[in-house]
Amino acid sequence: MAEHSSYVPGSGLTRWLDQRLPIIRLVNDSFVSFPTPRNLNFWYTFGGVLTFMLAIQIVTGIVLAMHYVPNSEMAFLSVEQRIMREVNYGWLIRYLHSNGASMFFLAVYIHMFRGLYYGSYKSPREVLWILGVFIYLLMVMTAFFGYVLPWGQMSFWGATVITSLFSALDQLVPHLGTSITTWLWGGFAVDDATLNRFFSLHYLMPFVIAGVVGLHIWALHVPGNNNPLGIDVKGPQDMVPFHPYYTVKDGFFLVLFIIVFLSFVFYAPNFFGNPDNYIQANPMVTPTDIVPEWYLLPFYAMLRSVPQKLLGVLVMGGALVSLLFLPWLDSSKVRSCRFRPLMKQLFWIFAADCVLLGFCGSQTADASWTIAGAQLPLVWIARLGTLFYFAFFWVLMPWIGKIEVTRPLPESIAQSVLGDGE
Amino acid sequence: MRKLLPLLAVVALVSASAVAQSSSEPVPPKEMKWSFDGVFGTYDRGALQRGFQIYKEVCSSCHSLNMVAFHDLAGPGGPGFTELQAKAIAAGYKIPAEPNERGEITDERGNRLTRPGVLADHFPQPFPNEQAARANNGGALPPDLSLIIKARNGGADYVYSILTGFTETPPHGFAVMSGKYYNPYFAGRNISMPPPLKRGSVSFADGTPASVSNEAKAVVTFLAWASEPQLEARHRIGFEVLAFLLLLAGLLFLAYRKVWHDKH
Repeated sequence: MAEHSSYVPGSGLTRWLDQRLPIIRLVNDSFVSFPTPRNLNFWYTFGGVLTFMLAIQIVTGIVLAMHYVPNSEMAFLSVEQRIMREVNYGWLIRYLHSNGASMFFLAVYIHMFRGLYYGSYKSPREVLWILGVFIYLLMVMTAFFGYVLPWGQMSFWGATVITSLFSALDQLVPHLGTSITTWLWGGFAVDDATLNRFFSLHYLMPFVIAGVVGLHIWALHVPGNNNPLGIDVKGPQDMVPFHPYYTVKDGFFLVLFIIVFLSFVFYAPNFFGNPDNYIQANPMVTPTDIVPEWYLLPFYAMLRSVPQKLLGVLVMGGALVSLLFLPWLDSSKVRSCRFRPLMKQLFWIFAADCVLLGFCGSQTADASWTIAGAQLPLVWIARLGTLFYFAFFWVLMPWIGKIEVTRPLPESIAQSVLGDGE
Repeated sequence: MRKLLPLLAVVALVSASAVAQSSSEPVPPKEMKWSFDGVFGTYDRGALQRGFQIYKEVCSSCHSLNMVAFHDLAGPGGPGFTELQAKAIAAGYKIPAEPNERGEITDERGNRLTRPGVLADHFPQPFPNEQAARANNGGALPPDLSLIIKARNGGADYVYSILTGFTETPPHGFAVMSGKYYNPYFAGRNISMPPPLKRGSVSFADGTPASVSNEAKAVVTFLAWASEPQLEARHRIGFEVLAFLLLLAGLLFLAYRKVWHDKH
């Protein structure tokens, strides 16, 4: 796409630099003149939103780390007293960071479902999708490490529950899982050593994410953007330069997103949080319900829906790993759900299934629904939801693509946008 | 016979808990209106000062407030005491003293040396450590109140409900454990805290009638401030930031329309 560079150095200095390090040319070709399909809609702005959120998390995180103390005796006070009360605007930086994590996940889920709907994972963008899945996995790990740092009750017990999952491996090789857990903890319980290494890793991972984001954008710029029609661009009439067309469009939607983000920060900063995390970690008192943050609830529901521990862990891991195979599980030739009537319905059922699983994960393990007088344990709903989740990837997607009668695709993007061939 | 008594007690407890099973679930908190609710919410200064009085005269005999310093009482968005008033309040507290010139922290009789508080000090703890706190409270630990409003489901409504929930009588067959009190808003409904507020427990300087509900409202407002001392600044800055962003969004939308007008 970008083989023809339109960059012309404007002065002697930039010409000199261009012959030695063509960095201005790279920026120009990637974010200024980069040809982009002219029909990208609202849902395509979340790549930009995510880049912004990564930057926000890194900048606020660096400032928080200046005041935070990674010590099991002092961590809670360093957050709740020093950062929240004594540091100038510390409360703002902390609330930006904690709500920023939720907004980051909100944006990444929209971004992933958008890719699923418009078939953005299909050839030639498989590597782009897989890199995205890796970014998501890195985000999950980063968020988990970060949630432990304030050293509240949910931090401590969440860390205990998740790291203890590895002990399920004892069922395969005796002591294997326990050894791994001890190694992760740096001791025989979640404690100071665990907190310190989680802090170190939490500081490291965002930069790893930034690196993979670089690869992700590189892999995007080789085949170019997919678009809501899911058809290839045919020529220059189908495209517009990234700047000013998408800088202004993404900019507008980014500001709308920031308004939502900051509404939470300023008016409901603890909306996504758990009150138990305002109680200092206490290894002697287990909270009544240990729940992860909202963005991990569907996976938590899957884990709890399997009565056998090792199988539960495998199911939860499998749910994430399934995403990596998506490009080859979808057998359809057509990318966009706009022209796939069956897949379109399936997509919405799948989205609803993820929300349902999230709901199941947020409830207590013994909760149940009363439907028409009958008691329906939620764990069974979660089981059905988990079954559908896997069936969607491994059975329905390969099968639907073969039997589905797709709608006729338009000639070109330009024709579809302008109503005629121009 | 002596040996049988504990056994009987266990049997009675088990059968009672079987009856009480359904009635030990806590009742949802009362829904209250607070001055600090909503986008323009601020703390009611009068309630903050009255609430401070209740914390000082009632709560502080068992509950610490570790994260709040005396200078906070005179800080922006707080109870609105003057610096002189805050200094006087601090001086009224005895703070464990730093070692004296001979390196001692206790007097010849072994008592901890103290000094009057200054603005930089935090509220002193009622008990020297957790064990002492438990020993004085029938084994229960009175929680620190610095974050209590944010650390409980239901927040201000919940704490208000607990403080005013002692008047209700337990349902028939509900066993109130010995040394505990019935409070339907508390998980398990058996609470170790004795009813802290009574009509007239304090006499408010501003003439507000010292009813239990007025006292509870005041101290909950004070504790909400202790949990979230920056709330007023947060609400004010948030309004300015969002107003600016809405304007920016409007301008960007116009720019977007102009740039794209011939492209779709």
